Amino acid sequence: MTYTQLGVLGVILVVVFDLWAARTRLVTRRLFWVSYAIIVFFQLITNGMFTGFGIVRYSGDAIIGGSSPAAGPPAFIGDGRLAFAPVEDLLFGFALVLLSLSCWIWLGRRGLQSTPLAGPPIWRRTPPPPSPFAPFDGTNGKIPPDSNNI
Amino acid sequence: MDPGRWSYVAVLGFVLIGCLWLEFALRTRVLVRTRRLLASMVIPLLVFYAWDAYAVASGHWTFDPGRILGVHLPGAVPIDEVLFFLVIPLASILTLEAVRSVRGWKAGDEP
Repeated sequence: MTYTQLGVLGVILVVVFDLWAARTRLVTRRLFWVSYAIIVFFQLITNGMFTGFGIVRYSGDAIIGGSSPAAGPPAFIGDGRLAFAPVEDLLFGFALVLLSLSCWIWLGRRGLQSTPLAGPPIWRRTPPPPSPFAPFDGTNGKIPPDSNNI
Repeated sequence: MDPGRWSYVAVLGFVLIGCLWLEFALRTRVLVRTRRLLASMVIPLLVFYAWDAYAVASGHWTFDPGRILGVHLPGAVPIDEVLFFLVIPLASILTLEAVRSVRGWKAGDEP
């Protein structure tokens, strides 16, 4: 199989895993798609370094575009490439990211360290924990302003 | 060793610099849930290791021997690639938890 065919197959299999095997249904969640949008932006930069510097080279027999040139970077955009990398890398990356996130959420659903939950960010004030000396009367230890306070 | 052979690993270092700060600034609590993190990485590592070995054997892609560490594992998979299949899942999980930290959207694993 070519890289193009494997990429399409990989995405299909991982989506099947997410929806019906692990039942994490991440592809139905806004949280996943916003996270993926951030990830794919950085993937283009990282993959651009791998392919633009010639650390990884691709065979034209396996991808939509032509082979990586022997010297110098491939096309930045065009000839089946985006930011130097074959467009097939988007399929490969999507499959790797979705499989990883699906496994993470699946294990959390099964109770493996499902807590502590993420957040809040350090710039957001956390509510103070309830005082152990507070009475269980709903006032949380504070005297209501309209009390007689005898 | 020729410093150029750290090129691949340096890109992974760039990824780690880009994401590890989220654990502290956004309290993603991914690294402290170590057992869950490591267990999450097993299936992606096995699947993509196999994909990599097939791609290398089929000639889909090749690595510049002057830009990788030069240590190969069974199936002619460079050890740099194994690090890739650990760093990218970590970066992905940190990103998901960072978005959850800021926006509070549900992921389906809430107790």
